[in-house]
Amino acid sequence: MTLLTALLRRKAVAIALLYIAIVVVAAIFAPWLAPFDPTQQFFDGLTLEGAPLPPNEEFMLGTDLLGRDLLSRLIYGARTSLIIGIVSNGIAVIIGTLVGITAGFVRGWIGSLLMRLTDLMMAFPALLLAIALAAILRPSLWIVALVIAMVNWVQIARVIYSETISLASKDFVAVERTIGASAKRILFSHLLPHLLPTIMVWATLGISTTVLLEATLSFLGVGVQPPMPSWGNIIFESQTYFTSAVWLVLFPGLAIIALSLSFNLVGDALRDELDPTLKGRL
Amino acid sequence: MAWFIVKRIAYSLLILLGVTFITYLLLYMIPADPARQIAGRSATAEVVANIRHQLGLDLPFYEQYFRYLVNLVQGDFGRSYVQRSEVATLIEARLGPTLQLMVAGIGFELLIGVTLGIVAALKRNSVLDQLLMAFSFIGVSSPHFIAAMLALYFFAVQLEWFPLGGYGEVKHLMLPAITLGVLGSGWYSRMVRSSMIEVLHQDFIRTARAKGLKRLRVLLRHVLPNAIIPVIPMIGIDIGIFMSGLVVVEAVFGWPGLGQLAWQAIQQVDIPVIVGVTTLSAVAIILGNLVADLAVLFVDPRIDINKS
Repeated sequence: MTLLTALLRRKAVAIALLYIAIVVVAAIFAPWLAPFDPTQQFFDGLTLEGAPLPPNEEFMLGTDLLGRDLLSRLIYGARTSLIIGIVSNGIAVIIGTLVGITAGFVRGWIGSLLMRLTDLMMAFPALLLAIALAAILRPSLWIVALVIAMVNWVQIARVIYSETISLASKDFVAVERTIGASAKRILFSHLLPHLLPTIMVWATLGISTTVLLEATLSFLGVGVQPPMPSWGNIIFESQTYFTSAVWLVLFPGLAIIALSLSFNLVGDALRDELDPTLKGRL
Repeated sequence: MAWFIVKRIAYSLLILLGVTFITYLLLYMIPADPARQIAGRSATAEVVANIRHQLGLDLPFYEQYFRYLVNLVQGDFGRSYVQRSEVATLIEARLGPTLQLMVAGIGFELLIGVTLGIVAALKRNSVLDQLLMAFSFIGVSSPHFIAAMLALYFFAVQLEWFPLGGYGEVKHLMLPAITLGVLGSGWYSRMVRSSMIEVLHQDFIRTARAKGLKRLRVLLRHVLPNAIIPVIPMIGIDIGIFMSGLVVVEAVFGWPGLGQLAWQAIQQVDIPVIVGVTTLSAVAIILGNLVADLAVLFVDPRIDINKS
């Protein structure tokens, strides 16, 4: 609770948490909150020439190229972004933590093999790798989540690795060893609690990266597939028309930037609060 | 020293070998069959099998990979089945534009990032500092395609300061390069800011000021050279992030570079082109990291290679 109050004391972070809360509520209660069905194409949703409608009294954020309500699509799109953000980042954090702890604690040839693997992954442009993977595996919601996890675990693995190495050389670990504690006990009762703050920080920051990757993949057409709305594929569908209907890029674009920014802000504030050595420096 | 450099280069080559293996493994798994694509819909099974044999697609995986490697060393990236042309030729035609955009984009990243970082560090904890850091935060939180599309809308469509896409002159280069520069500058400005603040607190800075040196001279001669060092390895790491942004920015602005080539290739399941571009980007990333690591050794004599 003291952590939450410390976070809320920062104005920017409080606003970020509020926005995240709004997106979460929108995602959970989408069927009740959305004014219309996100896939329904309205007869009065297009102009006589067949162009999408700008924001007006009936459609608060305007309509898209097929005459569907943009606000309803954004509200349902929040589900996609959050599901992928949580699922795929969860997988990435689990893989990254396991790899990092194993490499840092077990060391030996397994450790160096795992770290060479992360070096190898670092040599790829994450987006190109994700595009290739998504194209091979035929995109669907869960495949996209998996693909993003497969390119996103590397950074966490490296951070956890160096943390584990410095922790394992501390005196209290040596003491544990001399009194005969098993590796399992040292790992779970002594190392993991110390690593938790770092994991929390990187899990929060990672959601931001994940949201951006999902949006970019969907924008390129290898992410979440229409008609299921995602903030990225709303822009993908309207890109040919965006110079005359900029709201179709602006609103989903701002929604994505705000979500990614919010998780970055919260993650950064968590790092300040949880890591006393960094306080006041960054 | 020489031994360290040799070891570092050998390690880079090893990573590169791993990279080619992974990309090939990935692309080996792609469900579309290139032999069938060449043969067309009406081809008999025999014709397809023939083409497959000619392309070496009936060989076991490791033999195909070995062939690919041998060709790669000779600068042969294979043939594009879809575009009916050598991949090396396709890549060559796109290399110039991409290098232009890369140099300009990284140039803007450094210019914007380092300048903002210095200003923020000198005015730390002021309103200006908070605004600049908020700006850098928004930059790193924005996806490239949204920033590129909005930049295109506001600066090319509405204000007509820049042309709507296109290639050839400096005015075409500016908007995509600035977009890449603004979005990528965030990490640099945050890093320069924190490293500047750290250096500013050092004793030798106080000494320099105490012996009567002017503020500006202390800044240029003592603070900056020390504060700028972490930027060098950062450029190496950044190339990887930068390449991802490049693909998207090229697609939005219609910039005729490698990113656009890769994007078109993926839609057409053009395996050799994807392998070529991904391999080339990985080479760029590995090379960038290698050069950055070695450059830091020469720039900063305090680094002890026996320790690292």
